[in-house]
Amino acid sequence: MGTSLGFHIVFAVLGVGLPLLMCVAEGLALWRHDEAWMVLARRWSKAFGILFAVGAVSGTVLSFELGLLWPRFMAFSGGIFGLPFSAEGFAFFIEAIFLGLYLYGWNRLSPIQHWLTSIPIAISGAASSVFVVMTNAWMNSPAGFTLGPDGKLAQVDPLAAALNPSTATEDPHMLVSAYVVTGFLVAAVYAAGMLRGRNDIYHRRGLASGMAMGAVAIVLAGITGDTSARFIYEAQPVKFAAMEGVYKTQRGAPITLGGIPSDSQHRVLYGIEIPKALSFLATFDPNAEVRGLDTFPAADRPNPVLVHLSFDSMVGFGTYLGLLALLFWLLAIRRRTLPTRRLILLGLVAAGPASVVAMEAGWFVTEFGRQPWIVYGIMRTSEAATTAPALGLTFAIFIAIYVGLAITTARLLLYLAARTRNAATG
Amino acid sequence: MTSSELIAGILWLALTAYAVLAGADFGGGVWDLFASGPRAHEQRSAVAEAMGPVWEANHVWLIFMITGLFTAFPVAFGVLALALNIPLTIALVGIVLRGASFAFRAHGAEAVGPLSPWGVVFGVASIITPFFLGTAAAAVASGSIHAPNGQLASGFFAGWTTPLAVVIGLFSLAICAYLAATYLMVENEDRPALLADFRRRAIAAAFVSGVLALLALAISYFDGQLLLSSLTGRGQLLFGLALLNGPLALWAVWRWHPRIARVAVIAQVVLVLWAWAVGQGPYLVPPDLLIAETAAPAATLNALLVVITIGGLILIPSLWLLFRVFKARNPQART
Repeated sequence: MGTSLGFHIVFAVLGVGLPLLMCVAEGLALWRHDEAWMVLARRWSKAFGILFAVGAVSGTVLSFELGLLWPRFMAFSGGIFGLPFSAEGFAFFIEAIFLGLYLYGWNRLSPIQHWLTSIPIAISGAASSVFVVMTNAWMNSPAGFTLGPDGKLAQVDPLAAALNPSTATEDPHMLVSAYVVTGFLVAAVYAAGMLRGRNDIYHRRGLASGMAMGAVAIVLAGITGDTSARFIYEAQPVKFAAMEGVYKTQRGAPITLGGIPSDSQHRVLYGIEIPKALSFLATFDPNAEVRGLDTFPAADRPNPVLVHLSFDSMVGFGTYLGLLALLFWLLAIRRRTLPTRRLILLGLVAAGPASVVAMEAGWFVTEFGRQPWIVYGIMRTSEAATTAPALGLTFAIFIAIYVGLAITTARLLLYLAARTRNAATG
Repeated sequence: MTSSELIAGILWLALTAYAVLAGADFGGGVWDLFASGPRAHEQRSAVAEAMGPVWEANHVWLIFMITGLFTAFPVAFGVLALALNIPLTIALVGIVLRGASFAFRAHGAEAVGPLSPWGVVFGVASIITPFFLGTAAAAVASGSIHAPNGQLASGFFAGWTTPLAVVIGLFSLAICAYLAATYLMVENEDRPALLADFRRRAIAAAFVSGVLALLALAISYFDGQLLLSSLTGRGQLLFGLALLNGPLALWAVWRWHPRIARVAVIAQVVLVLWAWAVGQGPYLVPPDLLIAETAAPAATLNALLVVITIGGLILIPSLWLLFRVFKARNPQART
């Protein structure tokens, strides 16, 4: 399940971000009568056709796996948090319909009509992300239901479940992260092209588009991430303690960068401490109390090594992306042209994978940080799993399929890029 | 009609749409694999041209049904996910490989031409998926999944490994191929040679699916009584219409009436599915899970109806637009 999610999400975020880039590029082309923007939109749409299909089928795997792997979890919570899933189904429907019109409609629709079909794709892509993350937020902050004395569901308020407390912080953070990843991946592709000496109008515009989206989104990701962390301090203190590697409850807690949390020594080894910073960041009061892992029963704690290192990777790579975007645009504005220094281009190429790692690490934090619960405080992961046989085999088959799909997708995208280049030069 | 019955009906409509639309896409994959003769390449192109713009939207009916099922009938969903774990997982592999291989071919044709492994994967996955979905359907329809009090009691192999299930799996595959062949007849009315190719294929699929249907009824008579008794009980009107409609569809194909044939084959699928649904009556998964008893709380059902209404108001005009642009009679617009 985690593998499917980790695989699917890369395609899913591109399904959120790329349509917006295509929509803007095609809009600019029509508005300014500028053929180069149109060429870019067409190139992106070809790549998107493949990416969306792989995203669509891997998303189908997820919707099945919810039931195939977690039948008891779904039997319990389907009626509570299924609503946003159904809404996501509609959003996906709209995205698929208009993508069909967009990809195959170049010759059947007028230019304005064609551009108009890209708008619902961008909107429903974003809506899909919002709806689907609502369900994950519910697993963190289960709300909108009451249990009877027999432990069975008594009352359900599906709207309250969808708009649970975590939705307000988790949803915006994921949505802007989708634009971060799209922006930096697109920028990385064009930066790689420039490193090989291709410096035409398409590369410059592609790089600028990606960096524009990435720069705006990374700032928003920082803000929403900060809000999220402070919410977790309040709502899921054990996850917060694991993220920051705090073992002993303390006032004026330091922030620990990196290091390896050690359960036996009750502290983080080899980390860098900044005094009082954690208390200040969590509450704006440098002497506020932060609850430590030691105050929770051992059976209720997540794995602090995994959660702490994932959290620091996310923040670390996120900071790198933010500083890089700042440097890029400062240089661009001062010199009135895009920076093409080798070092900056190399940094931009690295930023693509870095943005993916940051996003995956973020999911590690929220998922492993919630363990041992699948529904925080209500249902344990071990209680929810399937009893079906041969899970190992199923797992191996899906891994093999994903590896095959990833390799083929990458090869095809490279092939498409090479073909467009040859068509352009020859 | 209660809200749980209403939602069950809507989900069944979604399943019907999936069968009629995506079923034909799987059938297209079958004809891609069995493309033959001097026009094999043109046959494959016709399949790709027909599927390209619509297959992803058609596929979403399945997602809609799955999400609707676990929202409205979480207990039944949990039971089905366990009992049919194996056939559904195999079908899922087929769905993934079919979709991905089609996209790889459609958007990078020169890179992975029809003879590449992905071309074969596309055809084979198009066969596996409807077959295993058919066996899973047979397990439900034959009343083989026992789940007293919502706890699965019949294990992981009940119902979908029987001779009846194999025949119904093959029938599903044949009817998908039949649907695809009649759609392709309509879409190639202006290309006489291709029209004749797909007519021959439609006739073959008609005979195969007809024989399999009769075989399934015969096995059911001796073996899984429940299917036959529900079809001839509450479902008798629709079942009777299906028996009359079958020859009509074949007549239309035989006499070169592609448009009548298309309507008749769609009607055949609709009649069979609804005869089954009506026949098994108040049960979602006979013999233990009633629609009313496995439904989610009323608040969830009502909220789901609101979501479906709002979603439907956006969805239906969008779908209309999609099919209007790509499927209206307009051969000049071919690219």
